[in-house]
Amino acid sequence: MILDKLQQVGAATLETIQGFGRATLMLAGALWGRPRFVKAWPLYIKQFYVVGVLSLLIIVVSGLFIGMVLALQGYTVLSKFGAEQMLGPLVALSLLRELGPVVTALLFAGRAGSALTAEIGLMKATEQLSGMEMMAVDPLRRIIAPRLWAGVICMPLLALIFTAVGILGGHLVGVDWLGVDAGGYWSAMQANVDFEQDVLNGIIKSTVFAFLVTVIALHKGFDAVPTSEGISRATTQTVVTASLAVLGFDFVLTAVMFGG
Amino acid sequence: MTTRKLEILVGAFVALSIAALMLLALKVANAGVAGSDQSYQLLATFDNIGGLKVRSPVKVGGVVVGRVANIHLDPEQFQPVVTLEINSSYNNFPETSSLAILTSGLLGEQYIGLQPGFVDESVEILGNGDHIEDTKSAIVLEELIGQFLFNRGNQ
Amino acid sequence: MDNTVAKPLVDIQNLTFSRGDRVIYDDMSMQFARGKVTAIMGPSGIGKTTLLRLIGGQLKPDSGHIWFENQNIPLLGRRDLYQARKKMSMLFQSGALFSDMTVFDNVAFPIREHTKLPEEIIRMMVLMKLEAVGLRGARDLMPAELSGGMARRAALARAIALDPQLVMYDEPFAGQDPISMGVIVRLIRSLNDALGLTSIVVSHDVNEVMSIADYVYVVAERRVIGHGTPEQLRQHESPLVQQFLQGLADGPVPFHFKAADYAQELMELKV
Repeated sequence: MILDKLQQVGAATLETIQGFGRATLMLAGALWGRPRFVKAWPLYIKQFYVVGVLSLLIIVVSGLFIGMVLALQGYTVLSKFGAEQMLGPLVALSLLRELGPVVTALLFAGRAGSALTAEIGLMKATEQLSGMEMMAVDPLRRIIAPRLWAGVICMPLLALIFTAVGILGGHLVGVDWLGVDAGGYWSAMQANVDFEQDVLNGIIKSTVFAFLVTVIALHKGFDAVPTSEGISRATTQTVVTASLAVLGFDFVLTAVMFGG
Repeated sequence: MTTRKLEILVGAFVALSIAALMLLALKVANAGVAGSDQSYQLLATFDNIGGLKVRSPVKVGGVVVGRVANIHLDPEQFQPVVTLEINSSYNNFPETSSLAILTSGLLGEQYIGLQPGFVDESVEILGNGDHIEDTKSAIVLEELIGQFLFNRGNQ
Repeated sequence: MDNTVAKPLVDIQNLTFSRGDRVIYDDMSMQFARGKVTAIMGPSGIGKTTLLRLIGGQLKPDSGHIWFENQNIPLLGRRDLYQARKKMSMLFQSGALFSDMTVFDNVAFPIREHTKLPEEIIRMMVLMKLEAVGLRGARDLMPAELSGGMARRAALARAIALDPQLVMYDEPFAGQDPISMGVIVRLIRSLNDALGLTSIVVSHDVNEVMSIADYVYVVAERRVIGHGTPEQLRQHESPLVQQFLQGLADGPVPFHFKAADYAQELMELKV
């Protein structure tokens, strides 16, 4: 009985490691050689649109609401210590260091990540990838590479927009509604937020997350079992695995950047 | 959708994110001391640095003139040596200036307050690498309470 | 008709291929003559599609040679393999059209990818290929708007876009109504002759295949069990070949799946 369980654990571990290997091979194949940006420009633009522009709505709305909620909750606690003027830094630092990169990555994994997995899985199931290979066109270069670059570039940009909108949302609630001094909101923020430490670190985090989410989404789609059940399972796995990876790496990065 | 229309939308998206970055860089983060890259260094020795950290501000009369660049322990004297990085536009502090480790507000972070000293013909101006002699260490709460009780006991 | 007079375009020698523990092909040899339609038939599940993938280099055999022109496909490096693939094309069972492009763009795809021809020339080429399969008027439709038969014809137009030397058909007649079936049958034969192609048709539709093939291989039990022209094959002495060709329900391939003794099993229920 125990031997069976051990065997299952061993098999699962080997399966995971094999998955890493296949993902790395896929990545290497997609990035090998000069990216033919000029000839394949329309492909890249289309992916930037699908991955980036179409995610704007959910990112902006979420950023706005999270900024507003932060200000609301933060004000309630800070006013107990007479520290309302720290609302600006509270909202800004929370968003810049943590919520901006992480929440954007989670939303991105759910929206764009699952869409990528489903699309590629479906192309695999209808033999479009095979067909492309037989026509001497490398599907890694043509299909995977544009989506990879689109994800890695667009997600940090989305995180920036999320954070900025959140801070403005915090301003909306804090200053316009709860009565925190407008000048105080921004000046306390400026005194406590450092460009290199907070803004740049946040950008680094969101770039790492972008890479993780996009690679996981593309790999799960590329590797999916080409049946309808297989695709649905791959899509679910993308969201779960990507979210866990983001949260895990967030801990590591936070410890490295802000642990002191 | 035509490629042209897609390009316009993607361009707008990128422009929006650059605007967000500008907002964050200029209005949110302090573009103050991080902006100007000319600075010089001063050294100071304290008995106790309390809660002072690297990147804590150095203020004169409440105005930030620099940051703490480094804190290390002198291996022979066993005293903390603090390296201050001062903005070059404030380059005429006399050597009679004094440093104190102060706390902003009741629960706030600690910073170094620089009190410029008197100037006459015999007094030199501090330059890069100079040492400030007059330093007051941070207030440690236990010592304060101990002093208070000692005073009470004496009455 | 001697099949080995001219050097065959595709020459499979001593091919062995297994998937996991299962041996699919065991020391199999086949030749495909230039300019002819050669068919591969056999019971379902023996891996006929796998054979096409082996020829195209998508799979590597355990041992053996697959000669295409003067190149041994399994030994080719990536770049050479891609060069070789430009001379061959494959028609998949599902058509495998790219779902996000129109029929026109689908057929133009290989031309745009592999040549630097200007758009006017590409347009002429695409219209000619579509005319050959009878879909010139449907060129602006999306694949989702096509019926199964039309999708297959569009995929065929795409397969001949670059005038390849070899076209491989994977179950082209599967699930087609009689009219579409007739269209495909006619197209395979006429295109082969008009364009000087070599065609390999994998199918188990006996009547359709026998009506257009110049040479037939019957594959079962991991090897070739019979080959020849359609007339030669109809007189073949192997009972397995005969069962296959005539569509008999029982014979060397048994009707009953392996099971215990019938009377015994019935009696067990009564206990």
